[in-house]
Amino acid sequence: MTIWDTFRVAIRSLMKNKMRASLTVLGVVIGIAAVTTMVSIGQSASALVQNQFMALGTNVIVVFPESQQRGGVRQALTVTLTAADSQEIAAQCDAVLATTPLVGAAGQLIYGNTNWNVNELSGVGSDYLIVRNWDMAAGDFFTEDDIKSGAKVCVIGHTVVTKLFQTGNPINQIIRIRNIPFRVVGVLEKKGVDMVGNDRDNLVLMPYTTVRKRLQGSNFDNVNAIFVSAVSPARMTEATKQIEQLLLERHGIEPGKTPDFRVQDTTEIAATLGIITGVLTLMLSTIAGISLLVGGVGIMNIMLVSVTERTKEIGIRMAIGASGNDILRQFLVEAIVLSLMGGLIGILLGSSASVGATLLINYFNPGQDWPIVISLPAAAVALAFAGFVGVFFGYYPARRASRMDPIEALRYE
Amino acid sequence: MALIELREVRRSYDLGEIQVHALREVTLNIERGEYVALIGPSGSGKSTLMNTLGCLDRPTGGSYLLDGQEIVSMSRDQRAKIRNQQLGFVFQNFNLLNRTTAVENVELPLLYRQGMTSRQRRRIAIEMLEKVGLGERLDHYSSQLSGGQQQRVAIARALATSPSILMGDEPTGNLDSKTSREVIALFRELNETQNLTVILVTHDPAVAKNARRKIVLRDGEVVADTPDIDIAMGALHREDDE
Repeated sequence: MTIWDTFRVAIRSLMKNKMRASLTVLGVVIGIAAVTTMVSIGQSASALVQNQFMALGTNVIVVFPESQQRGGVRQALTVTLTAADSQEIAAQCDAVLATTPLVGAAGQLIYGNTNWNVNELSGVGSDYLIVRNWDMAAGDFFTEDDIKSGAKVCVIGHTVVTKLFQTGNPINQIIRIRNIPFRVVGVLEKKGVDMVGNDRDNLVLMPYTTVRKRLQGSNFDNVNAIFVSAVSPARMTEATKQIEQLLLERHGIEPGKTPDFRVQDTTEIAATLGIITGVLTLMLSTIAGISLLVGGVGIMNIMLVSVTERTKEIGIRMAIGASGNDILRQFLVEAIVLSLMGGLIGILLGSSASVGATLLINYFNPGQDWPIVISLPAAAVALAFAGFVGVFFGYYPARRASRMDPIEALRYE
Repeated sequence: MALIELREVRRSYDLGEIQVHALREVTLNIERGEYVALIGPSGSGKSTLMNTLGCLDRPTGGSYLLDGQEIVSMSRDQRAKIRNQQLGFVFQNFNLLNRTTAVENVELPLLYRQGMTSRQRRRIAIEMLEKVGLGERLDHYSSQLSGGQQQRVAIARALATSPSILMGDEPTGNLDSKTSREVIALFRELNETQNLTVILVTHDPAVAKNARRKIVLRDGEVVADTPDIDIAMGALHREDDE
């Protein structure tokens, strides 16, 4: 009996009891659909997290100032990092691509008779765009000359444009912050909201020197943080080490003493978040896997009923020359056909369910843009698993059928 | 060499404390082309002998040579192969697959043969059904056929593999006398025109009479082996009187 014949016989047998076959298939459909959906949504979530980190800037390392210890007294947070540190990191560490100092400020924006409060008002360096992996939508970023002179120029985010200028062109317009006029030289590309829903486009950037001198009236060179981007993700650790070494040297910290800065690597956060989404995906898929197992038990149950019910048929087939293997194969293939059919339908259903769920999430969280991910490996694994479930749960009933005594099977009514 | 050679064949069932001897030392030969009826009261062991001859059952002792091959030492699968290639079965209750058409039923034993295309199987099945006079009812389901027609489908199925022996276990037991006669006539015709060896188990004296050799069994032993129906019936009833 060829495999093709076996399949034909199996399908014909299943067709004789369509209702039962489809209910059995349904058990597997639900299991496979659940696995496919859960894995797809889980992957979509981790893709979202990854996108967020890409948006934050590629390979970003942040250097923060730390409290200093002098004479056993730990002082409150004093700003120990300087813009010179930033420039030296860029100049001396070969694993570093670009750096920018960051100075935080606050203030209301006024343009004509409208005003607006931004989330972030920062003074940054000219390499900011490289570090943050950002682009301009219109105009230009401020230049090294602007920084040197502390020019009263600024670059604004997309949200600020809509709030202050509506449809007008903001380039070369003057906005006032704390009564100081600033000229808008450029508009940043739209970035959307971050993971927790903060609008990343509601910001104003200006040269850090401008913030220090004009807004804060300070003559010191210190900054709130230094953003560094490494040459490549692979060289993050190397870059971190180089920065630490350089700053220890520059700040004159002796070995064994607490440094007055802290270097934070964003890949650590990304890795942690990746683990969280990974664990969540695993947990959900495990639950989904259990429903697949239940579907498998359903197949086994139906196959056992079917074997008992068809004892006479088995007897007839044996009497006219079917070997134990022929019978085993017939029932095994029936179980596999049931589970593979369930697997295929389940994958279709699960894929559309995950697309639907992603669309719903995006509908209720506008701006977050969950990526639509249909996990092909998950579908393949699910299908293979469905086949395995068929073999595993079909084998016992099939073996029972193949071991029947033909005389007793023929006598069965 | 005879087609079937039974030497001191025994079959006993172990029912815990007691042993039931269904067959005690049966020795007989059946030549190619014979037409044999196995008769005997219930419990005489004729069904056991039939199952043994049909390679469905394995004797507990003795030797069974079918066409020179020793059956007693064969495995289940080897016996399945012998059943498929050498034997054709016809049962009292027809044993067709339900919700399956006549032609599919006849194709069934060919499915368990190597290297046969579905077209070849279909051609042989149609040929066999035409031979038993059911050429018009190829695509009828078994439930749509009368008892006599169902039994003829079963005969066509038994003949599909061109066996050397056709075995019937009370093949007329569920048929009325008219269809019974038709089926018997078919057996006779197959025996005479195609030199097919026919072995039947029967209660029916009319069927037994039709056979050329009658083997009477009682308590697991052959008590008469004769071509004469009267002697056979005498052996059957004489034992009753005792």
